[in-house]
Amino acid sequence: MRAFAELLDRLSLTGSRNAKLTLVRDYLAQTPDPDRGWALAALTGDLSFNAAKPAFIRKAVEERMDPTLFRWSYDYVGDLAETVALVWPSRPGANREPELSEVIDALRGASRTEVQRLIEAWLDSLETTGRWALLKLMTGGLRVGVSSRLAKQAAADLGGVQVAEVEEVWHALHPPYEDLFAWLEGRSDRPSANSPGRFRPVMLAQALDEAVDFGKLDPADYAAEWKWDGIRVQAVNEGGLRRLYTRNGDDISRTFPDVLEALEFDGAIDGELLVMRDGALASFADLQQRLNRKSVDAKLLMNFPAAIRAYDLLSEAGEDTRVLSFAERRVRLEAFVGRLKTSRIDLSPMQPFATWAELAALRGEPPPGDAQIAEGLMLKRWDSIYEAGRPKGPWFKWKRDPFLIDAVLMYAQRGHGKRSSFYSDYTFGVWTEGEDGARALTPVGKAYFGFTDEELKQIDKFVRDNTVDRYGPVRAVRADIHHGLVFEVAFEGLQRSTRHKSGVAMRFPRISRIRWDKPAGEADELRSLERMLEQMEGR
Amino acid sequence: MIRPESLLCPKPQGLYCAPGDFFIDPVSPVTRAVITHGHADHARAGHGTVIATPETLAIMAERYGQDFAGSTQPLAYGQSVVRDGVEVSLVPAGHVLGSAQAVVRWKGLTMVVSGDYKRRRDPTCPAFEPVPCDVFISEATFGLPVFRHPDDGHEIARLLRSVAQFPERSHIVGAYALGKAQRVIRLLREAGWDQPIYVHGALERLNRLYEAHGIDLGPLEPATSATKQDFAGAIVIAPPSALADRWSRRFPDPVAAFASGWMQVRARARQRGVELPLVISDHADWDELIATVDEIRPGELWITHGREEALARWAELHGIKARALALVGYDDEAED
Repeated sequence: MRAFAELLDRLSLTGSRNAKLTLVRDYLAQTPDPDRGWALAALTGDLSFNAAKPAFIRKAVEERMDPTLFRWSYDYVGDLAETVALVWPSRPGANREPELSEVIDALRGASRTEVQRLIEAWLDSLETTGRWALLKLMTGGLRVGVSSRLAKQAAADLGGVQVAEVEEVWHALHPPYEDLFAWLEGRSDRPSANSPGRFRPVMLAQALDEAVDFGKLDPADYAAEWKWDGIRVQAVNEGGLRRLYTRNGDDISRTFPDVLEALEFDGAIDGELLVMRDGALASFADLQQRLNRKSVDAKLLMNFPAAIRAYDLLSEAGEDTRVLSFAERRVRLEAFVGRLKTSRIDLSPMQPFATWAELAALRGEPPPGDAQIAEGLMLKRWDSIYEAGRPKGPWFKWKRDPFLIDAVLMYAQRGHGKRSSFYSDYTFGVWTEGEDGARALTPVGKAYFGFTDEELKQIDKFVRDNTVDRYGPVRAVRADIHHGLVFEVAFEGLQRSTRHKSGVAMRFPRISRIRWDKPAGEADELRSLERMLEQMEGR
Repeated sequence: MIRPESLLCPKPQGLYCAPGDFFIDPVSPVTRAVITHGHADHARAGHGTVIATPETLAIMAERYGQDFAGSTQPLAYGQSVVRDGVEVSLVPAGHVLGSAQAVVRWKGLTMVVSGDYKRRRDPTCPAFEPVPCDVFISEATFGLPVFRHPDDGHEIARLLRSVAQFPERSHIVGAYALGKAQRVIRLLREAGWDQPIYVHGALERLNRLYEAHGIDLGPLEPATSATKQDFAGAIVIAPPSALADRWSRRFPDPVAAFASGWMQVRARARQRGVELPLVISDHADWDELIATVDEIRPGELWITHGREEALARWAELHGIKARALALVGYDDEAED
């Protein structure tokens, strides 16, 4: 339990992805079975308990100490699990510390009343970090900033294999994953991936480099289709077992009962999850209303109906179709979707073209309808098999050019981790008419990437040299008509927003260029953003 | 029996002894001052006469210059000085080098002013000695049951484990310049870390002073002495404020560590962007505070600064009369 607790403790304060991978990988390498398997399951979210309610834990601690002192402590710390872990007055003569697997066994097997009896003995025998980890584990949700994908990547690193290989077998495995570790450590063959309803690791595209790639690629080798602006999903129904997965293999079936109900087939399809009304796509903002929800109500289902736009077929009636070429899979997919009697699954249409110039024209001027809100185009080699990961060559994404505006830096905030000595998070604004009729800046967005390390140093210096006010970690930077730093900001789209004073919110903004040369007074007006928004809405 | 208030009473400048006409740790210049230890919030420059341990006087001279007071009167541990019938002696407080409790006796009444103190072992100063007294005047910086410092060997082991785990990064340990920095260095040496430890310029003079008092800190190098890649795998000690300062950019992907009792609370670590909190404190934690009060069993407990209300409540619940003095000017939110 101690090693697991220290792992969670470090993870909870570590920001860098690489450092997290090192921490998890080292833990998995140094911890014996079955503890490490249970830990992996806890990190991937495949294991969660609801063994003790906060009220029970609070009662247990208040029986041991003055409730007033406890309340003051809780007020100070602000987190129940952490407070109890810190203040717990252990009784002398405690047992030895439990192993993680002992705790898990008990939590899985014992009744709630039995578990509650065990909790106190466990808390007595553990030290602070161990108690904190135990309470996190028991009350559900570790929240240490590790995604299930990252945990699987760490396991893959342990065995020196691709994460796709781990994902391929993942859903056929069960904690504590002794067969997985045996394979990763070279003690046995790869476990079978055969499990109905499982996730198949997805194939990803490379970004297209127009200057280089078009010279080398033959248009006749490639199929083109729109790149839809939703989230990538995998919809599976095998032997009646229905599942909806994200591209990382997270199971989101419960959030989308409407889509799940529509999976009247035997197989697995790859497609885009979107909000669709009468066959027409809604914006990503509409889809966001449906994401990351634990429960969904009828009103939400009615107002934001979700659907899948299918673009690949991974399996049909027990046959793995990923070994077929894209051309063959496409024929099978068209027939497969054609047989479905639901409006919630449709087909992503192919876009025929003869030359790259023709395709470029299509991308530049998408025809009316759904294509107008596509993110760009996808190119897929007709003869490519479905290969997990991001192989070079078979698939390309060719995104639409971003929207650009020139905005003025208004506020800068200190970064985190590596960037904690830099002002690296920028709020920028555009000109509008203030109440007094004079030109004033209104914030329209925030960005913290898009610049090089060298540029970061220069901006940081500008911020320090031009600070006019400070609010904690934030500095207000001099920004008026005569003086200020102009950023060319690139973004993918605009939405109306009631949360922003300017009334608009940007999708995926980043700094595309720093315009040291441009006078602040010549940056864009809010009016130009409003015009862009009207154009987007008017399509 | 004499009322304790007639011997020591709180004033805006600090605790005042009327019959002996002196202040203890006054926050502004006074004619006569007894100083418990060298931290800046307790030891200020500009007093007429300063009575303190020789070590504390040396620290004050190092920080403020030789003329930090009109005159000084060194009082070694165990020695006493009597003036107008008031006897003052200094007893180890275990906080930092030279730190002392002030024991004040007058007409059969004994009052002990703890200054800042801790109960666990510190390789850089003698341990706290409990003195039986009528009134114990305690600090309460960590006077909440959530502050329960782990064994410092455990914290140093975590640091060394992290250094081994991330050999390509450097580890910067934020540590208060007086006491904490030298204690962390000593603890690292005891744990077997014999490589050079890189130190921020702001720590150099106090490191030398500690060494002059017989505390061996091992090989130290200025943190400016190497190129960026040479700092991979290195341990660097710096004042806490340097962690998020431009100064830290000279190190490769540094792990920000911070040696402080405040690091017990996760939100505190997160606020400061600390990746590796090390709970190493020079103050008594909750368990030490209550054990000390319980051991001394004073007639009355007075609490100078910190989280007075919780410790006062604990004392009342355990049948000891307690009083919060709420003295101002002592930085309980400081870097510990």
